[in-house]
Amino acid sequence: MDNLQILISAPIFSLQLLIDGILIGSIFALAAYGMAMVWGVMKIINFAQGEFVILGGFLLFSLTRVGFNPFLAIPLAAAGLFIVGWVLYHIVIVRIVEKDLFISILATFGIAILLQQLMNQVFGADVQTVDPGLDTWFLFDNAITVLQIKVVSFFIAVALGIILALFMRKTRLGQAIRATAQDARSARILGVDTNRVYATTFAINAAICGAAGALVVMTWVIQPFAGLAYTIRSFMIVIIAGIGNVSAVIFAGLGLGAAENFAGFLLGAEFQAAFIFSLLVVILVWRNFKLRLQRRYLK
Amino acid sequence: MNIPGRQTLLYGIIIIASLIAPGVMPAYQTQLAFLWLMVVFALSWDIIGGQMGYNSFGNIVFFGLGMYATAVVQRNMHFDIEEYVHVAGRVETLTPVQYLEGLFLGMGLGAVIAVAAAAVLGACILAMGMRGQYFGICTLGLGVAAGELANGWEYIGAGSGLVTPVFPDQLGERGFFFYYIFFILAVIAFLTLRWLYSGRFGLAINAIRDDEDKAEAMGIHTTRHKIVAWCISAFFLSIAGGAAGHLIGFIDPTEVAFAGPTFGVWMILMAILGGKGTLWGPVIGAVIFHVTQEFFWTYLFGWQRVALGALIVCIVVFFPMGIMGWMRERWPERFGYRVEKSQAAGASGGGEL
Repeated sequence: MDNLQILISAPIFSLQLLIDGILIGSIFALAAYGMAMVWGVMKIINFAQGEFVILGGFLLFSLTRVGFNPFLAIPLAAAGLFIVGWVLYHIVIVRIVEKDLFISILATFGIAILLQQLMNQVFGADVQTVDPGLDTWFLFDNAITVLQIKVVSFFIAVALGIILALFMRKTRLGQAIRATAQDARSARILGVDTNRVYATTFAINAAICGAAGALVVMTWVIQPFAGLAYTIRSFMIVIIAGIGNVSAVIFAGLGLGAAENFAGFLLGAEFQAAFIFSLLVVILVWRNFKLRLQRRYLK
Repeated sequence: MNIPGRQTLLYGIIIIASLIAPGVMPAYQTQLAFLWLMVVFALSWDIIGGQMGYNSFGNIVFFGLGMYATAVVQRNMHFDIEEYVHVAGRVETLTPVQYLEGLFLGMGLGAVIAVAAAAVLGACILAMGMRGQYFGICTLGLGVAAGELANGWEYIGAGSGLVTPVFPDQLGERGFFFYYIFFILAVIAFLTLRWLYSGRFGLAINAIRDDEDKAEAMGIHTTRHKIVAWCISAFFLSIAGGAAGHLIGFIDPTEVAFAGPTFGVWMILMAILGGKGTLWGPVIGAVIFHVTQEFFWTYLFGWQRVALGALIVCIVVFFPMGIMGWMRERWPERFGYRVEKSQAAGASGGGEL
């Protein structure tokens, strides 16, 4: 808690933490949006979410290695993950989509482990990053530094979110996805090919994660085994915000990013991961407590 | 031969074969010790995961707690802590008496701590009525958080881990010694669970699995049963953890003690592979899984973990009912279910679940 003194004596520094946290939180919100979509439409909690993010990062990393501009490579990483999601759906997810949630959690957890180990074999266990070649802004007499890439990735994340929301509202496929989320059986009766909807939803989710991962590798670092933290962050955001509540997902994501940044600073970087996972437990227990107060009759 | 006779014969064969196994195959002593550890894992997970229907992803917490408690007791009893951390455990060899004292005292204390932890967590999580996927994910968070906390706590070695004392030569070989510890633990766990499942307790937790609200309405103290079941699971896991720390010799916070992605997932998988909610299922699943895994290590070196991930997906997606579940579907009369068409019902009543 020594760092608390720093915050008290130099309040400007907490602004720095807040800005960094909010900028990084936009990426969390993006991944959480995908998780909420799969959860709402397919009733599957995708535990490979974080691995999709990391895989997207590694794809961008490899593409820049062979000479692509990192920003032009973002759509390519997303497209690559779209294909991965599509293939995974047709091999594995299609068999668990109407089974109980435990099977789906365990199966996607298995996919997560498989992807982790594959990335470890293919890309190596080292921590990797991509330098996008942007500058840093110095504000308030150099008291605050803002990496331009963080701002850029914030706006990319926001733009992607808006595109997705429009896609869900305006296009036929988006409407079919929303109809399936409301009631899969009725949607099927009314002529929606739910199997195709599921496949597309899962693939779009993977593509969103791929784009998020591409932003992560430019603003932060990636590592084959860092995926679980992203899964847990997405899950927490969805729990706090509720499924299908887009604006709440955004605010929860930004809030989580800020909270995590403060905790990492106050408790020390070695406890940042511990903070995320403990926060998950606390949130679940708290949510459960609230729900318990509501229930007045036996179902 | 009548059925109880056949059962005694089966138990006898297994026990004799297990007793002589490390002597016959001395090169595989450590792997065989791990085999029994896996059996304990699967059995203890199945208490709450299979029989009670609470799919915990974080039972590894109790394993890690027992492991650290035993190692810390061993360290604090015999060594100066500063010096011990400095030379990573290679201070001096303990006498056999000191070693055993520390080991068993530590396992006892570890068991107490783990059971207390299970009771407290149970009061926070289970007693509040958390269920289903939320329980699973909450326990997953617990498991990872515990590992990360251990990773940052200097007193227990933080990220650089904790080395357990050198095994004294007078006690024979390390693998040999721990083989029998794990064997005895697995047998005790199996017999305890067999006794529990055959009585009221087993019926109560099965009722909770089938429909918790109805079970509660029928007058079963669901909360009490849930917490007790979790405590039993924690008890066996913590003792296994204490011994496993000394067998492995080095305690890494996230790779060995709170190893969620490996041990933590395997225990679920072994129970599913064998058939969750059955007595023999976890044992069979553990044996098959461990042997398969050792084959992967030997023949697919470098890709063994990839293969293991693929195996997890295959088991969960294609074989969720498990071996015992499959057998029950194939030969229902052997499991004591009445079969309408054939008159096989008359010959039933033997096989226990």
